[in-house]
This record gives sequence, structure tokens and C-alpha cells, in this order.
Amino acid sequence: MSDGATSRLGLKGITKAFPGVLANDDVSFSVAPGEIHALLGENGAGKSTLVKMIYGIMQPDAGEIRFDGELVHVASPKAARAMGVGMVFQHFSLFEPMTVLENIALGLDEAISYADLEARIRQVLATYHLALDPHRIVATLSVGERQRIEIVRALLLEPRLLIMDEPTSVLTPQEVAQLFDTLRALAARGCSILYISHKLHEIVELCDKATILRGGRVVAECDPRAESSRSMAEMMIGGSLKEIEKSADRQFGAERFIVDSLSLEADDAFGTSLKDIGFSVRAGEIFGVAGVAGNGQNELMLALSGERPVENADAIGIDGNPVGTLDAEKRRRFGLCAVPEERNGHGAVPVFSLSDNAILTARTRKNMVRMGVIDAGLAENYTNEVIDGFDVKTTGAQAAASSLSGGNLQKFIMGREIMQAPDVLVVSQPTWGVDAGAAAAIHQEIVDLAARGSAIVVISQDLDELMAISDTMAVMNEGRLSRTLAVGEASVEEIGLLMGGVHGDPEATADYTGASHAA
Amino acid sequence: MRLELVKRKQPSRAMLYLTPVFSVLLTMVFGATIFSLLGYDGPGAVWNIFFVPALDPNKWQDLGIKAAPLILIAIGLSVCFRANVWNIGAEGQYVIGGLAGTGVALATWQMEGWWILPLMCLAGVAGGMLYAAIPAFLKTKLNVNEILTSLMLTYVSVQLLYYLMRGPWKDPEGFNFPQSRMFTDSQMLPEIGNSFVHYGVPIAFLVALLAWFILSKTVFGFEIRVVGAAPNAARYGGFSRPRTIWASLLTAGGLAGFAGILEAAGPYGQMVPQFPTGYGFTAIIVAFLGRLHPVGIMLAAIILAISYVGGEIAQSSIGLPNAASGLFQAMMLFFLLATDILVNYRIRFSGVRSGGAA
Amino acid sequence: MNEAILIAILVTVVGAATPILLAGLGELVVEKAGVLNLGVEGMMLVGAVTGFAVTTITGATFLGIVAAGLAGAAASMIFGFLTLTLTANQVATGLALTIFGVGLSSLIGAGFVGQTVTVLGPLFPPALAEHEHLRILFGYDPVVYFSFAMTLVVAWFLRRTRAGLILRAVGENDASAHSIGYSVIGVRYMAVAFGGAMAGIGGCYYSLFLTPMWAERLTAGRGWIALALVVFAAWRPMRLLAGAYLFGVVMTLELHAKAAGFEYVPPEFLAAMPYLATIVVLALISLRKSVGAQAPACLGKPFKPST
Repeated sequence: MSDGATSRLGLKGITKAFPGVLANDDVSFSVAPGEIHALLGENGAGKSTLVKMIYGIMQPDAGEIRFDGELVHVASPKAARAMGVGMVFQHFSLFEPMTVLENIALGLDEAISYADLEARIRQVLATYHLALDPHRIVATLSVGERQRIEIVRALLLEPRLLIMDEPTSVLTPQEVAQLFDTLRALAARGCSILYISHKLHEIVELCDKATILRGGRVVAECDPRAESSRSMAEMMIGGSLKEIEKSADRQFGAERFIVDSLSLEADDAFGTSLKDIGFSVRAGEIFGVAGVAGNGQNELMLALSGERPVENADAIGIDGNPVGTLDAEKRRRFGLCAVPEERNGHGAVPVFSLSDNAILTARTRKNMVRMGVIDAGLAENYTNEVIDGFDVKTTGAQAAASSLSGGNLQKFIMGREIMQAPDVLVVSQPTWGVDAGAAAAIHQEIVDLAARGSAIVVISQDLDELMAISDTMAVMNEGRLSRTLAVGEASVEEIGLLMGGVHGDPEATADYTGASHAA
Repeated sequence: MRLELVKRKQPSRAMLYLTPVFSVLLTMVFGATIFSLLGYDGPGAVWNIFFVPALDPNKWQDLGIKAAPLILIAIGLSVCFRANVWNIGAEGQYVIGGLAGTGVALATWQMEGWWILPLMCLAGVAGGMLYAAIPAFLKTKLNVNEILTSLMLTYVSVQLLYYLMRGPWKDPEGFNFPQSRMFTDSQMLPEIGNSFVHYGVPIAFLVALLAWFILSKTVFGFEIRVVGAAPNAARYGGFSRPRTIWASLLTAGGLAGFAGILEAAGPYGQMVPQFPTGYGFTAIIVAFLGRLHPVGIMLAAIILAISYVGGEIAQSSIGLPNAASGLFQAMMLFFLLATDILVNYRIRFSGVRSGGAA
Repeated sequence: MNEAILIAILVTVVGAATPILLAGLGELVVEKAGVLNLGVEGMMLVGAVTGFAVTTITGATFLGIVAAGLAGAAASMIFGFLTLTLTANQVATGLALTIFGVGLSSLIGAGFVGQTVTVLGPLFPPALAEHEHLRILFGYDPVVYFSFAMTLVVAWFLRRTRAGLILRAVGENDASAHSIGYSVIGVRYMAVAFGGAMAGIGGCYYSLFLTPMWAERLTAGRGWIALALVVFAAWRPMRLLAGAYLFGVVMTLELHAKAAGFEYVPPEFLAAMPYLATIVVLALISLRKSVGAQAPACLGKPFKPST
């Protein structure tokens, strides 16, 4: 069917509008057979909408899609698969209590006996040197293994175009390298790959060609190997990249936040228990916690913020006060504020107004309550201060949290906590799903808060982010925290090994710790 | 042309208040149609059930008496439902409240004093709270679904009532009828002036106003709302879900128990096996129709009281079966739930079906 | 003599277990698809009155049973439309369906109070059905065997068929099932309709076989017990069968106690037993930590695909 002259995928004039937003505006580009083609853009640039149309989840309002030169109407994901399009989602479409085999069977459109399916799966695994047990329950698998299910599911259909949506956001550097090997092997067999990402160094490393989207339009096409990460980033955000301003000769004060022998049982079957966690953060210091998702970061966040108090009061100390047994509200009185990973339903109540969301965590430190009665006026004033101070785009303090974009809501939540002038701030995934402009602003606010003398803990899966803003860091793996490393002296490789559970040479690690405390 | 639902950027306040009105209007239209199809006088049924009691001043006292227990129970339920605690056993808490108060009445028989009636009320509240404490305990300690436990307890409470009426609490001078002694003057709620409206009616409305203040202005009210809307955010804000489950169930049980003893010491003046008449279930409709808001609940309780009184009128005037008002009440809830979607979505009529380009 | 009593007890237990088994199986499938329909009691009542009415009018019990199933399914479609298409709260809508079912069945049944129907006899020929010993196995009406057959069918469907796999997938992760390309809403509509039909048939077992007549609120909360059974069974059909028969024993205690001449226990206490037993059983199974994990992950959550 396909020959060198026709492109595998051709898009022409694809347009898709949602109420109030033009998600894709006249998007045209093509992907050659065997090409690894990057689709690059910020959150909200329209990448997801575009691939959903290619995969038949949504229909374009206008424009045409050609596959191997033929004009096609992709009515459903089923039609897309029949055509030879496979997709690996960023958020895996997996069913936790079911086996790998059942999960893969669900992704196939034909009914096939489990015996035959298993044989075919083993064949694919062997071809691409992938390890996966078809009889394991998905809930017991690591994130990397889960992604492999998705990839095997797609490969079984022998796709001629594979769409990968942000595939590396949850992998360790080593797992990323493995994935890239698989993708290159696949491309070498003639399968085209549409690779969606905002991680520029990966695109430079992997892709043959890149299409850059901004505000729903194609703003550039380039050869990533001829570009730098920086030049592509500037095309992506449409302006020059702002550096974080961080004083070079900053000094750290006394230890303000001390965690010592912190252990906590997971509260559900799929959680990770915390085992004997210890670290300390000094005044003015930003301490990063790296790790692959699901290694106990959620539990650590809950334990630090006070959402899950622990039995031992001394396990967590703020300026010498033991607070381990206190709930989140009582810890706030001791100066600890927190920002959880999930904005909707955790950091904020979506159906509540911003003003009510301010009451949620600022009522005590901002004296909004007298004798059990809430002063709504004070709450509204504080909300307006946060909106002004953090440049939150909204219709006002009475707007529902759900009406804000992800980036704006995150700015509001960060502002709500930072403007309470916390002595200790614990933040999880501060820029998750946030556009570059908002991310830069949030990073700057964290750095500035540290400069004012607060101790800060940042938990993030984005290693680049931690390398950029933190002073010291440690890695979580299976509920344990590694020893503290000084950022700038630790290599990505070593951190990657720690993320994968290899603890390396204890001597070397001790040196890093020593270095950090000497700084 | 086709109908499309488009998500609103934020919930529509107007629709929040308008949909209960829509649902009552839709119930009238559908009710009239369905009863006509069933061979009854449909428009007559609607007229009798929804308009006659409201337009006839002679029925107003009756409306107040019927609305009072509905308000008290629905206020309690609204606290539960807001906190996402599905207490559907208010009927049982109402019965146990009535029984607890009756117990005090029987123990103080032939006594006199101003303290007897308050003591009965206190016992009623305590009885309802204790009964609601069972699902609260099971929910918080063992994570047992409160829907099933609270409902099962309702059936148990009715059997307890039957047992007490047939056995230990049977009126010794009652010709072997299974019912308690008549309460004495010290044990009965006095009536206001020359009316037959007992003091429980104004008390119910006052309780609603107090509930409005607590729910909208205090940290406790905020806690109830947060725990219901987003449990993780509530924990992050320093609120404890178990504490909220206890508080909401005890509030609901106490108010249902209070309604129970007010009924026993008011309209009934004794305890009888026919005491559970479904107020606890109708109050669920009242709570939703009133948008879980105390002011809305007062209005909704009056509407449901109208349908009760109207049902009786329609039974005698146009021979509508007893079950008709129940059906109308259920339809109101159905239509409310159906039109609820307009709060978060708006309807758009699109000319052409959107699809791929040709 | 002793065997005769045992058989008599067994017959009442089977009678008590069959309707809750049927309704429970229906609800099990509904919940496996991620939908919580609390309207079982209402659908049973609608089925009970429809089955009775159709049987009285046509004289054919079989038609009555079919009509009961259809009526239950029709009632469930109100729930389906509200919760699946309009994404209304499932708990509130289920409650509304029960209140509606009570009202509607009373209204329809008003004209049938006091009438009786002929009870359908055993499925098997008298040589088996009335045999001294073999009647333990062969002495029941067709609905009893239908309930056994359906237990096996549901177990096989969920475990062995592709459609069952898809149904479970929809209940475990609706968003994923949708993104793979399955119609979450379509699957759920079918499950809800099946649940309604089974509840309707379960309901008519009271009016056509057990009582056999129509009375208001004839099912007396058995629909709620069927809901509890599904939790008790940890969403497994064979355990549901065991649970239904366990409850069948508890529900008939009142009868047996009377027959055995127990005078000391108040009959009201025995009448309250099934409800108390439900609470105790729910509390006991919750002590096992794994129960929560067995519930379908999307149970009770509304699903609205973004277009």
C-alpha cells in the first residue's frame, strides 16, 4: 500500500472548536512511513485534541485526514485501529483488578481465545525484548510495566502509525532509554510514530521531525536534530524563556523542618507504605523529592501535610515543635502550609467559589473565624489579595474554582498558601499540567519564599523541575527515601538509578550529603 | 436538528432555584396526563392535590401541622446529604424518637409538672440520636454502608413499635387495642390560641431558621459542605470525615426523633401502631426539592403538605386512590433529578450534526 | 415424619430465597457495570403488581412472569435515563424509583386487592415432583429452576464471555473503557435493563407464588435485602446463591419458630430478624479488609463522556 512517495498520515486544515476556544485551527502536516515525528506544544496548545481526532475519539469540524494517501473518516477508535493506527495514552486505559491478558483482550476488537492471545503476546514481547507476565494483575505492576501493556496492546495490531501521548512523564531515565530502543526498532520496521511531548531533550534525542503547535495552530516545523532544546522551547511558548532568578550566594539558616523515622502504613491495597523516612530542611532551603509515581510520594505528602497524622509526634518537627500527631489545620498553626498534587477535589473544591476555597485553608492563619462564625468579608478580601498578587485570571472572588484553567487554579492555590507566609511549605507537583508561563511564575514564587527564610519541600516526578529549583534532593523508591544529595553534584544517571531502586555506592552518597551540608 | 448538552463554565444559580419550580410544574402536567390516561379525572386530580388545599384557608392549619415534621426531618437529612451521608432511615429515627418520648410519658403517668413535656422532647431527641448512632458507628468504625443499615433499622423500629403496642405498653384500659394510654394534659403539646395548631409547628420553622444560620455562617456548616463536596479537600482543610459523619447523623437522628415526639405529643396524643406514616421518606423528597437549603426546605415542606392534604381531598371528592399523592411526590423528585442537569449544562439546538469533513 | 418437616422447611426456605436471589443477580450485574440502582424494591413492586394483573386477566402465569420482567425493565429505564443520560445522582434516583414503585404499584393494584390466582405447579412430572424423597430436588416451580439457571448464566457470562469482560471493564474504569472505544452508557443501559427485569420477576414471585395475591408493599423491604446480598456476596454470583439461601433460612425463622412451638420469643423479634441479620452480616464482612477492594471501582459514579 504505502510507498516512499505518499505520507503515512496527512492532515490538512484540521479545525476543531469547543465553546469559547478554538482547540485546533487549520492544522496541516504529514508523517512519512517509518518516521518518528514529534508533536510539540504546551498544555492547552491543542495536541491532545488533534490526536483524539486522528484516533477517532473526536470528529473535526473541518479539514481532512489522509492515511496512506487515502481520504479517511475516522468514526471511532475502532475504525482507527482497523486502519492501522495504535495509541498509547498518557493516562493508561487499564483495568486494575484484571490481568494483563484480560486488559490486552479488551483492547482488541476481535474475540480471540486467551491461549492464542497469550501466544501472540509472547511473540511480540520476544520480538521487541520486552518483559511482561500476561497473568499478573495490573494493580500489582509498576508504572513502566503498565505502559508496556499499552504498548503491547498497540503492537499486537501491527500498527502502521503509533501515537504516543507523553509516554515518558512517569518513567525513570533508564526506562525511558528502554522505551526509545523499542520505538526505534518499531520505526525501523516501517511503523510511523507520532510522539507527543513537551520534554525537548527527548525529542532532540529521538525524533526525525517536529511539528510545533501553539494556541491550536502550527507555528513551526523543524528538524529537532538541527535545533537546540532552547530554540524549540521558544517556538513552543512564543517568546523568550525566562530564567529563574536565584541568588547565587544564598545562605541557609537553622534546620526548620525535621523529619525523623517517619513510617506510615498504606491505607489501601494499592498504596505504598512509608518506611523510616528522615530528612531535614533549613531556613531558605528548597529540598526536592524525586521518584517515579507510586513509590510513596502521595503517602509522604499526606503524612507531611497532616492529612494522615502519624502515631509518633516527634517524627515531624517544625522549629523544634513536635507535630506528627496533629491534623492539617493544627499544623498550619505551627506554620506548615501544603499544596497537594491534585488541584480539583484536593487542593480546591471545584464547586466552591474561590472565596470559599480561601476559607478552606487560610481561615486560621488569616483569622477569618470568630467564635465558630466565618467572616465572609475577610475571606473575600484575602481572596482578592491572592488574585491580585498571583495574577490569577478569573472573573472574581465568587467565581467557582472549576471555572478556572488548570494553570490559573494552581496559581491561586499556590498564592493562597504562600501569602499565609508559611514557615514550612510542602508542595507536590507544583507545575503539573500548567503552561510554561505559569510554571515559570510558580517556580519564581517558590524560590522567593525560600529567600524570605522559609523551608520548602518540593515533591515532583519532573526531574528537570527539581534540578532547576531545588538546593538539595533525595529520591523515593518503594516507600523509602534515599540520602540527601546536593543538586549540581548529583548526576542524572545516579538519580535515575536511585529512582529504579539501585542504591549505588553508599560512600559516594555520603559524600553528596556532606557536600550539601557544607554549602 | 438535534439537542446537545453543553457544559457550563460554572453552575447556574438561576437554574438551581428554578429547577424545583420546573419539576413541580412538570409534575402537574404529566400527572394530569397520566391520570387521564388511567381513566381518572386528570386535571381534577391536579386541581385537588395542588390547588384546593392552598386556596382554602380552612386547610391552612392542617398544612402547617403536616409541614412541621417534614421540615424537622428534612433539615436533618439535608445536613446528612450535604455531607454525602446517605441516611435514609429517618422514618426509624422518627419512630424511636416517638417511642422514647412515649416511654417518658408512660413513666410520668398521673404526674403533673411543667418539666414533663420538655423531658419527653429531650427523650425523643436522644432516642433519635441513639438510633442514628448505630449507622454512624458502623460507618465510621467498620465502613458499613449507611444506606442499608439505616433503612434496615427502620424495619426493626416498626417491629419494636408493634411489640410495645401489643405487649408491655398496651393501654390496660384500652379494651385490648394495641395502643398506649392517652397522654395527660402535662404530656400533650398545647395548641396556639383557638386554633388546633400545636406549638411544634412554629418550633419547626424556628429550627429551620437556626439551621440556615448554622449551615451558611459557621465553620460547622462549612465543614459539612466541604466533606460532602470533596472529602480529600476536607481532610486537607483539617476537617475529619468520621467526625462529620457522626455530627450529621446525630443531627438528623435528633431532629427526626424530635419530630417523632412532637407528633406523638401533638396530633396523636398517644402512641399507636399506625404511627409511622412515611414522613421520614417524604422528607427525603422535601430535602431535595428544597435544594438541601433550610429556606427551600420550608417551602418544599409546604408543597408536600399540600399534596398530602390534597390527596385526601381528591380521595373523597373525585375518588382518586390513596396512592395517588405518593405517585405525585415521587414524580416531583424524578423531575427534579432530571432537570438538575440544567444547573451544570445548558441545552443547545444545533442545526447540523458535527462530523468529519466530506 | 421428620423428613416431612424438613422438606416443608426446605420448601419455605426455597420460596424465601428465590426472589431475593433473582433480584440480587440482576443488581449484581448492574453493579458490575458500575451502576448502583437502589430502586430494587420499587422495581420488584412494579413487577409484582404487573405480573399479578396480567396473570389475573389472561389466566396465564407464564405471561404474567414475562410481563413482570418487562415492567421491571421499563421501570429501570426511568432510572437509566435519569442517571445515565442526564447524569443524575444514582443514590437519589434509586430512592425516587423505590418511592415511585410503591406509589405506582399501589395505584395499579388497587383494583386487584382481594383477588387470587392459581399457583403454577412443579416443573417436573408428578413421578419426580411428588416422589417421597426426590421431591427435594424436583418438587419446585419453574421460577426456582430459572433462578438456579440464571445464577450459572450470570457467573459464566461475567467470567467467560467477552461481553462480560467488557461489562466488568466498564464498571472498573469507565474513562478507559470509553477511550478504548466501548460505549459505556450503552453497556450500562443494558445492565440496568437486565437488573430491572430480574427484579420484576423476583417481585412477581411474591404475588404469583408465595402469597399468592396482591397487597400494598407486598415485598416488605426484600429488595433492600437483595442489595445487601450483593455486598455480602462480594459481587460473585455463586456466593450470592449461598447468601440468598442463608437469608432464606433467616427470613423463615418466624414460621419455623411458630411451628416448633416457641412461645417465649415475641413474633415481632423474629419478624425483625432478617433486617437485624442483614446489619450483622454487613458488619461482619466489613471486618475482612479486602471487601472494599472487590467493589467495582466506578460503582455509583456518574459518567459523562467529553465530546
